[in-house]
Amino acid sequence: MNATALIKHTQAESNLLDRYQSSKDGLAGSIAVSELREAAVEQIRDRGLPHRRVEEYKYSDLRAFMKSAAPLAAAADEAVAKAILADQNSYGDLERYQVVTINGVFAPDLSDVDGLTGEGVVISDFNSALKGEAGAQLLRSPKSAANDGVIALNTAFVQGGVVISLAAGVEVSKPVELVQIATSEGAQVSRTKVTLGEGSKLRLLETFAGETGNGELNAVFDYDIADKASLATTRLIAGKVDAARLFTTIATIAGEAEFKSLGFMAGPKFARNQQFIEFTGEHSEAKIYGVTMAGGEDLADQTLIVDHAVPNCNSREFFKTVLDGRAKGVYQGRINVAQHAQKTDGEMMTQALLLSEEAEMANKPELEIFADDVICAHGATSGQIDEDLLFYLRARGIPEDEARTLLVLAFLSEAIEEYGEDDVTDGLEERVRDWLAGH
Amino acid sequence: MPAVQETIEQVKAIDVDQYKYGFVTDIESEKGAKGLSEETVRFLSAKKNEPQWMTDWRLDALRRFQQMDEPDWARVSYPKIDFDDLYYWAAPKSVEGPKSLDEVDPELLATYAKLGIPLAEQEILAGVEPKNRVAVDAVFDSVSVVTTFKEELKKAGVIFCSISEAVREYPDLVKKYLGSVVPITDNYYATLNSAVFSDGSFVYIPEGVRCPMELSTYFRINEQNTGQFERTLIIAEKGSYVSYLEGCTAPQRDENQLHAAVVELVALDDAEIKYSTVQNWYPGDKDGKGGIYNFVTKRGDCRGKNSKISWTQVETGSAITWKYPSCILRGENSRGEFYSIAVSNGHQQIDSGTKMIHLGKNTSSRVISKGISAGKSENTYRGLISAHRKASNARNFTQCDSLLIGQDCGAHTVPYIESKNASAQFEHEATTSKISDDQMFYCLQRGLSEEEAVALIVNGFVKDVIQQLPMEFAVEAQKLISISLEGSVG
Repeated sequence: MNATALIKHTQAESNLLDRYQSSKDGLAGSIAVSELREAAVEQIRDRGLPHRRVEEYKYSDLRAFMKSAAPLAAAADEAVAKAILADQNSYGDLERYQVVTINGVFAPDLSDVDGLTGEGVVISDFNSALKGEAGAQLLRSPKSAANDGVIALNTAFVQGGVVISLAAGVEVSKPVELVQIATSEGAQVSRTKVTLGEGSKLRLLETFAGETGNGELNAVFDYDIADKASLATTRLIAGKVDAARLFTTIATIAGEAEFKSLGFMAGPKFARNQQFIEFTGEHSEAKIYGVTMAGGEDLADQTLIVDHAVPNCNSREFFKTVLDGRAKGVYQGRINVAQHAQKTDGEMMTQALLLSEEAEMANKPELEIFADDVICAHGATSGQIDEDLLFYLRARGIPEDEARTLLVLAFLSEAIEEYGEDDVTDGLEERVRDWLAGH
Repeated sequence: MPAVQETIEQVKAIDVDQYKYGFVTDIESEKGAKGLSEETVRFLSAKKNEPQWMTDWRLDALRRFQQMDEPDWARVSYPKIDFDDLYYWAAPKSVEGPKSLDEVDPELLATYAKLGIPLAEQEILAGVEPKNRVAVDAVFDSVSVVTTFKEELKKAGVIFCSISEAVREYPDLVKKYLGSVVPITDNYYATLNSAVFSDGSFVYIPEGVRCPMELSTYFRINEQNTGQFERTLIIAEKGSYVSYLEGCTAPQRDENQLHAAVVELVALDDAEIKYSTVQNWYPGDKDGKGGIYNFVTKRGDCRGKNSKISWTQVETGSAITWKYPSCILRGENSRGEFYSIAVSNGHQQIDSGTKMIHLGKNTSSRVISKGISAGKSENTYRGLISAHRKASNARNFTQCDSLLIGQDCGAHTVPYIESKNASAQFEHEATTSKISDDQMFYCLQRGLSEEEAVALIVNGFVKDVIQQLPMEFAVEAQKLISISLEGSVG
């Protein structure tokens, strides 16, 4: 799309521009960071929120969805945060470290800083880093989506976050749960920077708790994975919320490294989980999984670009979507293979199960290939529960509801099981059952 | 997996510098004034002795066109077209209205003979049984030169003539169906075509008639700086059947030429239309100089129950191809098919695919597309499969393979799969095949793997159509289909 010089701003867009004027003095950053913020606001002013005529947002019209935009959330309330933290417990008894942000800002007092420091992990406040000389580098955009509207929103308003750095060879013994807590209503805009040194290893759990009212949640996760390092991230997007939930992954993967992620999505009225993954070193592997459930009038969007910029890398993308009510599911995935990225192996699959007459699924599995010695495949299916399977289960005395639940579970488990990380994904079955029972 | 040697050689044999149809016919011709304006449209319409309603229709389209913006979503790039620097009318001087064969300028007959299209009715094509005779409508620049076997077809009730003739002779049919599948404002190039379309074919198959022979149109661009705007309309009444073939070539010239066609198909209850294209427009030279811009809107409307439309295309020509033969599956149990082989060489750019729009119950569609890119070309498959709310039990199977030869080309796949009905079952590139179970079973029984069986069935189908092509270049098309699926990427 060409930038339009002047557009008629929607209520939400006007709110956003006002929001920037009233909050910009309180937003952290060096001069270079301020310039980036200004440029991002300029983009919002010129192009507005991303809408259906922007190809990447064809099926997820954020402009139409956001009727208004709330101001940024007020300062953190630690007492409330403690209560929410004690209450949320997404991972039960799982041994893990916790790193907490409140209303987008790092809360060291609620985080296991000592434990992590002991393991060789450096945890610091994103805002402090933003003020530093290299601050602007923390706000990088992915090459494959330089002008993305959701990232621009994040850049303009980012309130804070966490910087997690692993020195070379550090292997963290337990998963690290990054809990983003909202203690007051309003927009929550955060950014997480994770740097993995050579040969280091981390398992990250990303969870979100608390109410944001009418405010959107915009969280960007930026992973910088060095040679031979390994990162697994599990993102839990849950809860019935009416405001937009926007998540972005930016990952660069150096040589002989591994990146694995699972995006689990159930509940929000409008959720978009977009991931931009780029290989920068050879002989690396990325495995991206998505499990999406949407009911009612929900819109759930999993968007993904995997950039094979160098030779000899493998990627696997496997997405499952279950839709009910009048929900709309979106999968947009693209594998790019650069001209010299020979011996690339990419395999993308997206499958949707429609449980109701009025649910809708839009699949767009794209390939963009410039190298001639690669294996890239993609598949897409959509359909309803197989009546034969249902009959088989019912013939064995399983009540219809339970039979349906089993079939949905079996359908979604394929992706969860392939992702692995069994200790982390143990509780997901329960979440699927809860969603089926209660959405 | 890299391409196998055999494939590389086959593709080389049809490389852009091997273009065989690049000669120019030296014939005196008449051109309209350059430029796109109301006068141009009125001149064109007057040249064709069109009734007022047709002129008005064109003028309406022109006015709408002038308010539209050129689309930029396709993965092709080219300098902006100056529509005022084109001739919209060019015709050999010797052609004044429809003629019988013996009145046609021998120079024209020689041209078609050179292209491998014998226009004489009594002639039997080499290696073809007399029962496989083909009626040809030969379009030269802006006019139809001759239509063969007209009388014989008329006996069966089939109307096969140029669209200009149809506008004059069968206005009711034309009025009823023209623009009913591709509306005037459908898209930029279709709107342009609606304003300035020059000639093309009109086919009407009456109820219950199986067209006694293959129908075919051969498009030839000869003049310089002209645009060709063909318009084809095929109507298959209840229970009828027709197979239609289209071929096209152009001389080798250094400047680009525009070809913006619209093809509309209407299939009523139980009717079947099989539409095959061998597109071999001049692709430009090795350095990407010259060649045809082929911006085409082709759409079939399965309006009736149990109707069927199938598109088969072999694309080797054109500098730029922008073409999405589509099916609107409106009637219950209707079926759409799209089989395509698109080969790009040199600096060619192809952005092609199909749309299968499932509106009715129990509709089914199948899409098989094979793209091969070589040289410095770009080859994109862009497709839409959609099931609307009421399209219960819609079925689609799509397979699109592409193959790259060399490091300077690109292959892209942009499928849109939209399902608004839970009982619609869509499979894209799935290995569990929805190809006719019987055929699959037969092949598997004989020890073929599933992949081999799919390849055999697809190639078998394409071969079937191509072998019936009356044109010499069918040989090339045949070479193409023998390219193995080996080494292809998804």
